[in-house]
Amino acid sequence: MISWKVILNIAKTHLLTKFKQTATATLGVTFGIGAYITLVCFMTGLNKMLDDLILDQTPHIHIYSEIEPSKQQPVDLYDEFNNTFNVVHSIKPKQIQRKIHNALPILNYLNEKDNVRGAIPQLNTQIFYIAGTIELGGNLTGINPIEESRLFNFQNYIIEGTPQDLYRNDNGILLGRGLAQNMSLKVGDRVQISTIEGNIFPLKIVGFFQSGIADIDNIQSFANLKTVQRIMGEPETYVTDINVKLHDMSEAFNMSKQVEKQFGLKAVDVETANAQFQTGTTIRNMITYSVSITLLIVAGFGIYNILNMLIYEKMNDIAILKATGFSGRDVQRIFMSQALIIGVVGGILGLLIGLSLANLINNLPFETEALPTVKTFPVNFNPWFFIIGITFALISTFVAGYLPSRRAKRMDPVKIIRGQ
Amino acid sequence: MKTVLEAKHIDKYFKKPVLFHVLKDITFGIDQGEFVSVMGKSGCGKSTLLYILSTMDTDYEGELYLNEALVTGQPDDKLSYIRNKHIGFVFQFHYLLSEFTVLENVMLPAKKLGEKTFEEIEHDAMNKLKILEIDKLARKRASRISGGEKQRVAIARALINSPSIIMGDEPTGNLDSYNSDNVFNIFKQLCMEEGLTLLVVTHDMDFAERTDRIINMSDGRILQ
Ligand SMILES: Nc1ncnc2c1ncn2[C@@H]1O[C@H](COP(=O)(O)OP(=O)(O)O)[C@@H](O)[C@H]1O
Ligand SMILES: [Mg+2]
Repeated sequence: MISWKVILNIAKTHLLTKFKQTATATLGVTFGIGAYITLVCFMTGLNKMLDDLILDQTPHIHIYSEIEPSKQQPVDLYDEFNNTFNVVHSIKPKQIQRKIHNALPILNYLNEKDNVRGAIPQLNTQIFYIAGTIELGGNLTGINPIEESRLFNFQNYIIEGTPQDLYRNDNGILLGRGLAQNMSLKVGDRVQISTIEGNIFPLKIVGFFQSGIADIDNIQSFANLKTVQRIMGEPETYVTDINVKLHDMSEAFNMSKQVEKQFGLKAVDVETANAQFQTGTTIRNMITYSVSITLLIVAGFGIYNILNMLIYEKMNDIAILKATGFSGRDVQRIFMSQALIIGVVGGILGLLIGLSLANLINNLPFETEALPTVKTFPVNFNPWFFIIGITFALISTFVAGYLPSRRAKRMDPVKIIRGQ
Repeated sequence: MKTVLEAKHIDKYFKKPVLFHVLKDITFGIDQGEFVSVMGKSGCGKSTLLYILSTMDTDYEGELYLNEALVTGQPDDKLSYIRNKHIGFVFQFHYLLSEFTVLENVMLPAKKLGEKTFEEIEHDAMNKLKILEIDKLARKRASRISGGEKQRVAIARALINSPSIIMGDEPTGNLDSYNSDNVFNIFKQLCMEEGLTLLVVTHDMDFAERTDRIINMSDGRILQ
């Protein structure tokens, strides 16, 4: 029969009488788990921030019609040159519109698909900003600000004003921050823009945005889709880009291929567009886990050591216990409990220390041009990390305690008694 | 008369460093309530025999019976239970758990047995300590008492589960004549008053002569 109360009482007494060694072994575990929690919360926080940065604002599939040379040159159509080897120099792209034909049916088709969270149109065009006597070249994109915010977190990059402000104002424009600074403009001011054809329109500034990339912030601005269509004198079906967000990002590649085939358009999926970004995530995860596992292995050796030493010092106790009726398994349980007590106490302390360190990092100011919405270091408090952490602690102490405790189990009391 | 302990043709060899036939055809029995002493020259195999009889050593030939039930060949867990419930052991050196109090040391085998509540066990343990006149030491740490006192604590511990037999391997070997007398008297009293069965290895001729029966050993054999 197992008398856990007695076994735990003996384990406790052993640990308390060797308090210094116990504390050292416990701190080893605490350190390992604490470091794991801190690292993993911080690293995954970073990962998640970068994910958000790239994934939340980039469409999973970007559809547009690309200007490229025709695959079939006129000479190929001419029957007489059918069996000859034709060389055409200086091929130029065919002058087609950047417009997506049948944009509305395509949008409807995409939005009705189950795996699509949303597909929204954009109209990209080149314009000039007129500031006094100079004209600055730039980009104006017509969007639906509300939908852009819902799907691509557009609002995160607006540093003054709101998407709603833009949505409500038919003559509103949202300027890049660099552009606004260059032209000394504030919210509420008017700015004149000129199309390539030379038509001039005054627009009211409803806000600024900052993407963090200076080259974009110096030329880009946004207005409502209808406003841009009106400026360009195009109908409401005129759209140059379609951005799609899926429920499951992993379907992006296959779907982009399907869209290309079905509609004869160019469709780029997010992974192809941001291949390097996955690598960073993987490497950060690898660093986190290898550092934590190393620390835990070191802690494990600490426990292994102290138990070995303890068992050596407690040989008499082991002999007495066995002589008075404790079985080998009882003795093993005594030493395993000691290992697990160290693991639990060290592990829980580690969780607490990790939690407070992560909290500290979470409150450290971290301001960067690139991330206007981020004010402090990003930290991800996922409860799973804490479950994994304590499991780690228990498993490593179990492994470290197993061999020494098995030795105690197998010790022959007669040998010990004779040895006196 | 009921036979508490019976050894039948027990042989034991030590294989290392050289093959050594240490116990040769040991056959004897102990009746209930008997106080038996074992004598013999140093090295003749008394301790070795006692370790076998106490079930701690299982590496032997022959058969061992306790309360007329075969003990030989039982699994380890069963042997631990037998030691816990039926056998009390007193060593030459006072083997106590030094970090525990005297009372805790005495209570430990009963807690392991788990047949009584904590209060009952504590009450029993105090009783045993009273019989041995060391109840005032109950709360002291086992490492803080004298040798004679330790030996009495060990006896109290051996008694706690009311075992069928108490075995002692030179329990007075380490004590002065006053304490040694004291321990003998305790044994004798337990035997007379409580009907306890005792098997005690000793070098002390005076001690042996006052017991019911002496088993003489020489070179691993019992002399008749
Ligand atoms: N583990 C062992 N290996 C080999 N020989 C041993 C071992 N233990 C005891 N012996 C030998 O067995 C003999 C009997 O020992 P023991 O039973 O302790 O004698 P006693 O208790 O009668 O003095 C001795 O000669 C001793 O040297
Ligand atoms: Mg001996």
